[in-house]
Amino acid sequence: MTADDLASISLVLVYSALAVYVLAFIAAVLGLSARSRTAEQADDLALAERPAQAVLNPAASAAASGASSGSAGRGTAVLERLAAPQPTAVARFDRMSTALVAIAFALHVAALVTRGLAAGRVPWGNMYEFALTGTGIIVGVYLAAQFWRDLRFLAAYATGIVAILLGLATVNFYVAVAPLPPALQSAWLVIHVFVATLGTGFFALGGGLSIAQLLQTRHEAGGLPRARFLAALPSSETLELLASRVIIVGFAFWTFTLMAGAIWANAAWGRYWGWDTKEVWTFIIWVVYAGYIHARATRGWRGTRSAWLALVGFSAVLFNFTVVNLLFKGLHSYSGL
Amino acid sequence: MSNPRSDRPADHVDAPVAPAAPVNPRLSPVGWLRFLWRLLTSMRTALVLLLLLALAAVPGSLVPQRSSDPNGVIQYQRDNPDLFTVLDGLGVFSTFSSPWFSAVYLLLFLSLVGCVIPRTKHHVDALRARPPRTPQRLERLVGFTTRTAAGEPERIVDRGRAVLRGLGYRVERYDRGGELSISAERGYLRETGNLVFHVALLGVLLAVGVGGGFIYTGQRVLVQDTAFTNTLASYDSINPGRFFDESKLEPYSLRLDDFTGSYEFDAASRTWKPVDFTASLSTREPGGDWTPAELKVNHPLQIGGTAVYLLGNGYAPEITVRNPAGEAVFSGPVVFRPQDANLFSLGVIKVPDGLDRQLGMIGLFYPDPIAAGNGALASFSPEANDPILTLEVYAGDLGLDTGVPVNVYQLDTDGLEQLVGRSDALKLGLGDTVDLPDGLGTIEFSGLRRYVALDIHHDPTQGWVLLAAVTALGGLLLSLFIPRRRLWIKVRPGADGVTLEYAGLARGEDPALERVVAELADRHAREFEPVGPAPAGSEPAESAPEGSVGPERRIEP
Repeated sequence: MTADDLASISLVLVYSALAVYVLAFIAAVLGLSARSRTAEQADDLALAERPAQAVLNPAASAAASGASSGSAGRGTAVLERLAAPQPTAVARFDRMSTALVAIAFALHVAALVTRGLAAGRVPWGNMYEFALTGTGIIVGVYLAAQFWRDLRFLAAYATGIVAILLGLATVNFYVAVAPLPPALQSAWLVIHVFVATLGTGFFALGGGLSIAQLLQTRHEAGGLPRARFLAALPSSETLELLASRVIIVGFAFWTFTLMAGAIWANAAWGRYWGWDTKEVWTFIIWVVYAGYIHARATRGWRGTRSAWLALVGFSAVLFNFTVVNLLFKGLHSYSGL
Repeated sequence: MSNPRSDRPADHVDAPVAPAAPVNPRLSPVGWLRFLWRLLTSMRTALVLLLLLALAAVPGSLVPQRSSDPNGVIQYQRDNPDLFTVLDGLGVFSTFSSPWFSAVYLLLFLSLVGCVIPRTKHHVDALRARPPRTPQRLERLVGFTTRTAAGEPERIVDRGRAVLRGLGYRVERYDRGGELSISAERGYLRETGNLVFHVALLGVLLAVGVGGGFIYTGQRVLVQDTAFTNTLASYDSINPGRFFDESKLEPYSLRLDDFTGSYEFDAASRTWKPVDFTASLSTREPGGDWTPAELKVNHPLQIGGTAVYLLGNGYAPEITVRNPAGEAVFSGPVVFRPQDANLFSLGVIKVPDGLDRQLGMIGLFYPDPIAAGNGALASFSPEANDPILTLEVYAGDLGLDTGVPVNVYQLDTDGLEQLVGRSDALKLGLGDTVDLPDGLGTIEFSGLRRYVALDIHHDPTQGWVLLAAVTALGGLLLSLFIPRRRLWIKVRPGADGVTLEYAGLARGEDPALERVVAELADRHAREFEPVGPAPAGSEPAESAPEGSVGPERRIEP
């Protein structure tokens, strides 16, 4: 099989993965709407049985704060069963979306492998390949996180963002397999870029959790009456905790990216830091997330404000990946763009 | 960064304080200083400074920077002269050395120092201290759970001590009345890592700041079969640091023996993509012999305390100009600067002496010429294949005798007489000789050499920067992923057996704490026979029927 054949197979796999991501997105949205219906029924039930409601509130908030006493923490399992009397639809759509995401991910990985084989190198040497790998890693992080916590309420977010990014990149930036220019021929391409994408994957998940946190905060304050699915999501405090833990991992990866990039820059360009546009934005992202971590330890900045910082950070990541690559002049201008 | 109360862990959050009635005490000058210092070193200020730092860096990516893209700055000035004046006044073309950017990061680091010092002192005290006294009422703490056991209280508490110590906790025995207890604490490395991270960041700043004075970077174009010796006069340009000392240059030599660029044709974009650049050099250390060395992109050559980088390459046609008597008045390779990816290049030949008039020529070089329509030429590939050189010729005063430095790559044609224009330019293949106009003599394209553009750097502090950065990363990982927590085991002898109590306290965020307390209780109590039915509340939080994990996990039925 020639390199061209492999590249064609890779492209077919990408389009297949895209189609399945869209299906997964639909299933995920149906899952959210099923959550809304379930929440309505739970409200009816709560109206009928006041005591159930009384159990619900202290337990939920205490368990979420992580500082609950033992008895309140144990209420969680009971509470969830009360709050979700007819969960079959939610569970069905969640299972469906997860299965579809897993299938799409398998196609996605196959597309990456064939692309890499076609090029005879790691498949992240230009903008298209970087998008292909980056979206794959976002999905990978999303799926891996399910083994840690049940984050399937983020399925619509994850599949939506990945379908859009992958679709745009494939339509606009597709390039034929090309050899690496000498400046990219380095072991650091494997490490630096891969860890950067890994960090991006965690930041993406953290961004989704922060969005959910912001929505949930408003919902808990009595806002967003129509977004009933929020009632089936964890409390805003729990979401914040999850977001921060995911983002902290991303931050560690990003710190490494910055340093590995500096080491590579020293070998390739003769200086470890030169305020190239990409370096500037990597630095900005790092500082914003450092700000996020500090905000979470600063009175008055926890909760909503820190969540906004997480979103500013993820917007900067997206900006760095799209606008900076495409419009800004710099040493990171990728080949074949 | 510092907390309002320094005896709290870094990520501790105080309960909201009720706003007090505003009072404005009169402050002495020292009081003001203290007030400002407190303000500067507060967490909130550090956070605002961090966000300002991110914001202040943005302009540095929007407009070209003098440090990384000086030509871009000149271009910007040409394109937007009015806007340029305003922006230049603000210093955005040197964002990262501008007063406002420097002010933000210096304040940030000052704030950092003011926060790290008291925290280090406090942490050193904490490292020496024993775990604190067991609280009287454990039931108010995280993960509180009780068990019963039959056995000798002393033996049970000793066992608890051993279990906790085995888990890496620092332990202390406290007894109060009939109650025996173990107080345990772990995760001191979290704060250590945090402090190391912040101090290492200061180290990076210091190493970069001090190192900047010792750095020099020089540029040199090296033509095939010529040599360069590392002395100040040999550089085409050099940017020395403040403490640069010319006598410290080690006079090693480099010679370019050969240069190969390999390319692959990309059918889709119909362009040649570079695959490899290799410069074959000979190097000679003072007093040594010539030894071969290879220089590639991404693989700098280390020699004489410097690193040599391959940054560019091109063609240098050999030109020989003779007067009408046939004597060579100019002879040698002329560096032509590439104008496109196929190495179509532009060069300038200046012949000030030996002819009746001073001559200046603007040459276009096509390594692999093809017709591009309208009689114009282009280069089809970067590889030399019957190359062609075309020349426009000017005569007059070249301005080389005024003592003012003149760019060798440019010809100022103002005031010069054009003898040959672009349309009827002299056209030479390799080895060709043609007559110069007005019987001035002849010009020969006598040979073709390659050249490389080298960057030569000396940076004695980069190892220190790397060390500080790696230390920072290590500290960061410790501070982010090591939980700091306290655990207690209380042994209370009663009429019918011993009651065991377990609880924990998070110092900083610690979502796993409940599970840890439950695991401790299981592990410790398992070794003893329980007494009768378990008392109320003895069921550990985690052993709910679903067998699921922490409190923040939603359990899908």
